[in-house]
Amino acid sequence: MDGLNIPLSHILLVSSLLFAVGMLGLMMRRNIIFILMSLEVMLNSTALAFVAAGAHWGQPDGQIVFMLILSVAAAEVAVGLGLVLQIQRRFKSLDMDSANRMQG
Amino acid sequence: MLMINLILILLVGGLLAMLSERFGSHVPRMVTLAVVLLDLVYLLLALSVMPELTGLQAPVPGDPQTWLMHYRAEWIPAFGISFEFALDGISLLMVLLTLVLGVVAVSSSWTDVNIKQGFFEANLLWTLAGVLGVFMALDLFLFFLFWEVMLIPMYFLIAIWGHEQRAYAAMKFFIFTQASGLLMLVSVLTLATIHQSNTGVWSFSYFDLLNTPMAAQTAYWLMLGFFIAFVVKLPGFPFHTWLPDAHTQAPTAGSVILAGVLLKTGAYGLIRFAVPLFPEASMEFAPIALWLGAAGVVYGAVLAFAQTDFKRLVAYSSVSHMGFVLLGVYAWNQLALQGAVMQMVAHGFSTAALFMIAGSLQERLHTRDMREMGGLWHNMPRMGGVAMFFIVASLGLPGLGNFVAEFLVLLGLFQVDPSLTMIAALGLITGAAYSLLLMQRSFQGEPNISRQLNDFGTREMLTMALMMVALIGLGLYPQPVLDMAQPVLNGLLQFSATVAGGQL
Amino acid sequence: MRQLIGLIPLIPLLSSVCLMLLGGRLPRLWIGLLGVGSVGLAALLTGLTAVDFLANPEPFQLTLWVWMQVGNFAPGVAFYFDGLTLVMMSVITGVGFLIHLFSTEFMEEDKSYARYFAYLNMFVAAMLILVMADNLLLLYLGWEGVGVCSYLLVGFWYQNSANGQAARKAFIVTRIGDTAMALGLFLLFSELGTLNIQALGVAANETWQVGDKLPLIACLLLLAGAVGKSAQLPLHTWLPDAMAGPTPVSALIHAATMVTAGVYLIARTHELYLLAPIAMIAVALVGLTTSLMAAFTALTQRDIKRILAYSTISQIGYMFLALGVGAWSAGVFHLMTHAFFKALLFLGSGAIIHCLHHEHDIFKMGGLRTRMPVTFWSFMIGSAALAALPMTSGFFSKDQILLQAYQVDGIGPWLWLGGLLGALLTAIYSFRLVFVVFFGKANTEPDRDTGWRMALSLSLLCALALFGGWIMLPVAEVFPVASGLHPAHWVEYVSIAVPVVGVVIAYLVFYSGQLRVDGLLNRPSMQSLQRFWHSGWGLDALYDRLFVQPYYALAALLKGEPVDAVYGLIVAINQTLNGWLAAGQSGQMRRYLISMVFGLIVVLAVMLGAF
Repeated sequence: MDGLNIPLSHILLVSSLLFAVGMLGLMMRRNIIFILMSLEVMLNSTALAFVAAGAHWGQPDGQIVFMLILSVAAAEVAVGLGLVLQIQRRFKSLDMDSANRMQG
Repeated sequence: MLMINLILILLVGGLLAMLSERFGSHVPRMVTLAVVLLDLVYLLLALSVMPELTGLQAPVPGDPQTWLMHYRAEWIPAFGISFEFALDGISLLMVLLTLVLGVVAVSSSWTDVNIKQGFFEANLLWTLAGVLGVFMALDLFLFFLFWEVMLIPMYFLIAIWGHEQRAYAAMKFFIFTQASGLLMLVSVLTLATIHQSNTGVWSFSYFDLLNTPMAAQTAYWLMLGFFIAFVVKLPGFPFHTWLPDAHTQAPTAGSVILAGVLLKTGAYGLIRFAVPLFPEASMEFAPIALWLGAAGVVYGAVLAFAQTDFKRLVAYSSVSHMGFVLLGVYAWNQLALQGAVMQMVAHGFSTAALFMIAGSLQERLHTRDMREMGGLWHNMPRMGGVAMFFIVASLGLPGLGNFVAEFLVLLGLFQVDPSLTMIAALGLITGAAYSLLLMQRSFQGEPNISRQLNDFGTREMLTMALMMVALIGLGLYPQPVLDMAQPVLNGLLQFSATVAGGQL
Repeated sequence: MRQLIGLIPLIPLLSSVCLMLLGGRLPRLWIGLLGVGSVGLAALLTGLTAVDFLANPEPFQLTLWVWMQVGNFAPGVAFYFDGLTLVMMSVITGVGFLIHLFSTEFMEEDKSYARYFAYLNMFVAAMLILVMADNLLLLYLGWEGVGVCSYLLVGFWYQNSANGQAARKAFIVTRIGDTAMALGLFLLFSELGTLNIQALGVAANETWQVGDKLPLIACLLLLAGAVGKSAQLPLHTWLPDAMAGPTPVSALIHAATMVTAGVYLIARTHELYLLAPIAMIAVALVGLTTSLMAAFTALTQRDIKRILAYSTISQIGYMFLALGVGAWSAGVFHLMTHAFFKALLFLGSGAIIHCLHHEHDIFKMGGLRTRMPVTFWSFMIGSAALAALPMTSGFFSKDQILLQAYQVDGIGPWLWLGGLLGALLTAIYSFRLVFVVFFGKANTEPDRDTGWRMALSLSLLCALALFGGWIMLPVAEVFPVASGLHPAHWVEYVSIAVPVVGVVIAYLVFYSGQLRVDGLLNRPSMQSLQRFWHSGWGLDALYDRLFVQPYYALAALLKGEPVDAVYGLIVAINQTLNGWLAAGQSGQMRRYLISMVFGLIVVLAVMLGAF
């Protein structure tokens, strides 16, 4: 396993940076599309961490989990986009804050 | 098996009544009437072939073999929970009262239910089933179960078919009863745990739990748990505030069952459980309970006097009358206890009838406000005469059942505490004040309703006649009722005397 | 025969039940026959029993059934029959029959004819049970029963709410006394273990000494009951208002029978009172003050029925005085003669009211002597008896009372003087009534004269009021013998003379006008005194302020249900907490997320710090 050998810590750093970016996006953005995108970024950052870890230990588990995350992300996007459509229809906007009917 | 059958008939009958609605909206009430009558006839037939009834022996509280009937089957053996039913004179009286008033309730709601008739009648029957269960269950866990069973259909009766503030009233009723019921549950579980740690065996049977030795402090707290649950139901001052709302908002049949039967479960619980399970603690607590009783008598009467709503007035009069029951139970001697039992029966009839009159007025006038009534005797002389009868009954006219009850309670109380008797006797005067005011405002005075009002018809007069005859019978020859309760009360008095070493 | 006395109250009771159930459907004649006939039958049976009893005057007892038995408390539905019972039963059924007969004409045009006789018959039944009861609990049944009938009959014309007010007042005020009496029963049973009247007498004498505290308390409680029922101070205020009922009702219930139940009760339980001399004095003083108070009030009234009502209060005061001084049989004798002449006067006034367009004010009457002769003579005889003019029935009974009062040690002469003053006033106000109503010029013309039924009842009562004084009461066995001493002759002469003086004064003032009192009466001080008397000594207003208004205020205060406020507080606390927690539930996803992230950070920080 020669070639480009990036230390695990670097990849994990990138992964956590990505995660933080996604989370910040989630916390800051009001547009629901961006929220979904931020979610994807977060998912992918975790997936990256899994893959990197799998490569580091030489185990296949990391990639299996990556497949799992991929399918979860796909399902989530399907559901999420469905919700987006509903919200768009109901509130005529993509502003997440306008969908606050659950307030106590 | 008789006891289980009695309950099952009502439960299944409820289902039938609900299903029968698809054959027409008037079918459920007939089914219900048939079911209650069947239950009553079944009980009477079973009793008539029972030889013990003639010479009721004194049931020893702790020995089920001396009771009139006893049945036990395992339910959850791991915790010693069983289907245990037993019947003695007092429970039998209460069961009879429940079924008779069940008939009255069905009759009183014959015409005034407009929606979901099937479900209405089903709830009525299920409430009755719960009440019968309460009166017969002698396993404390089972007792608690029935205590809840009678609560939920009653909640529906008020919440669905009630008057303008039904949601509030139903919720209040539910929360009061439920919260106090949970206190009782805690007491029951603790009591069973203490029993388990004493003997190593789990049991919820009344007969096993009697005489459970425990620290005086513990007994006092456990007794309070039971006491509060029962006094809320009774209702005793100061836990009575759910009652005026519930009564006022409930449909007529609901009020009849509530006043006639449900309140009696509280009194029954005090006599059957609260005092015998914790005789010493009850003895210590008796003065407070007596004061609460006297306060209830007077407070209820004053509040009744202040009302302008017909049903609310009658509801407060129940608070006053139930104060006498509390006094009778905690005076804990033969006279007073007999008076309390008598009051349970007599009040059942007199108040049920007054609620039925209130319901009839509401059906005809679409109001319960007495300021809008007046001179109704002129429009409806038959109803006026009937109302007069039940009003003088409820103010304790000698010759009618309520007098016997109140007199015995006060006479028994006098042996215990003469000064408190004087305060309670104020209830006789204030009782006259609000009763006659009720008559004056609704049936006497200037007639101010000119339109034609239907007087009582045959069905209503028959129902009323049934209750009138019952009250006159109780008033002039109460001996059968007294004889039924006598051995039980003797047994209880002896039992508490041996345990607590004396009078309460 | 003796087994049949159970039928005597039963017959009117059954008739009453019949009238209630079928009343609307029966023709008037039948209603009248049933109503009058049942009481007539009861009177007949009483008469037969009386013949039987007088031949063999042995008291007897008849138990129908045991009412209730709890331990050793076992009062029966049982009757006790002795001379006193006989007197009372005769008065009730005899006078009652005449009043029923009178009523058939008086109520002829009323549309609730059947209801009237149903109530009236029920009253007779309850009253009979009261006097026949062999134990105090059954007596209490009759006692309350007559109370309810009185309530029903006072408020008979229910469409006028003033009548309802009067009826409720009558019931509630007497109920105050009844409640005290019930306490008395509790005390007697607790101490003596029985409520049987005869057994009580025996047990009391065995257990208590003369002057003990307990018999005193018991007697005072019973006295409170008697005071309420018999409209004595301080519970008399209901009786004048009770005149709202039909006049024959006033005659039967509020003059002849029910209001004398208190006298009967005390006479019946005299063995207890003999153990409590202080209670006896209390009875005498209550009687005397009431009698004077009511007599002064009667002087100033204008309403014919209210005059008679106050006069009744005053005369019952005499009976109490008699009982209080131990003149038991004189008290009962006065009860009987009073029943005759007062029923006569009330029926007479009923006849006037009936024939005079329901006019009650005596100053709007006048000159009726020639227009209504039967009524005039009834009033003359009745008033003479009421004033105790010699040889009338009232004379015999009142004279006995005064003489026996005089003989009491210590306060006797004072009681006698007070009684004399009362007698003087009685003569004045009763003849004031006669002179104003029947003489002078006519202010209102009657539209008819009395019919035969009214005239017959009036004439028979006239005979009784005149000659009733010669009846020998068969009560010698019942009461202890009074002292055989006789007071000095002058006492007797004065007692006889005073009523005559009263009549003369009334004649001079109200008929011939030779004695002018207008100047005296028009002085401001006299005016206010008159108003004070007229209002019944201001007691109504006092009670209103002391009891009625505070009770209303209390009820109004509590109406909002202060107890519920406690539960309201619990609800409020829960709602506030709920408000706080719900504020966190903004519904905005980003806020949830932010708080979640911060939470995570905190948790992570804590975990990292911990390890």
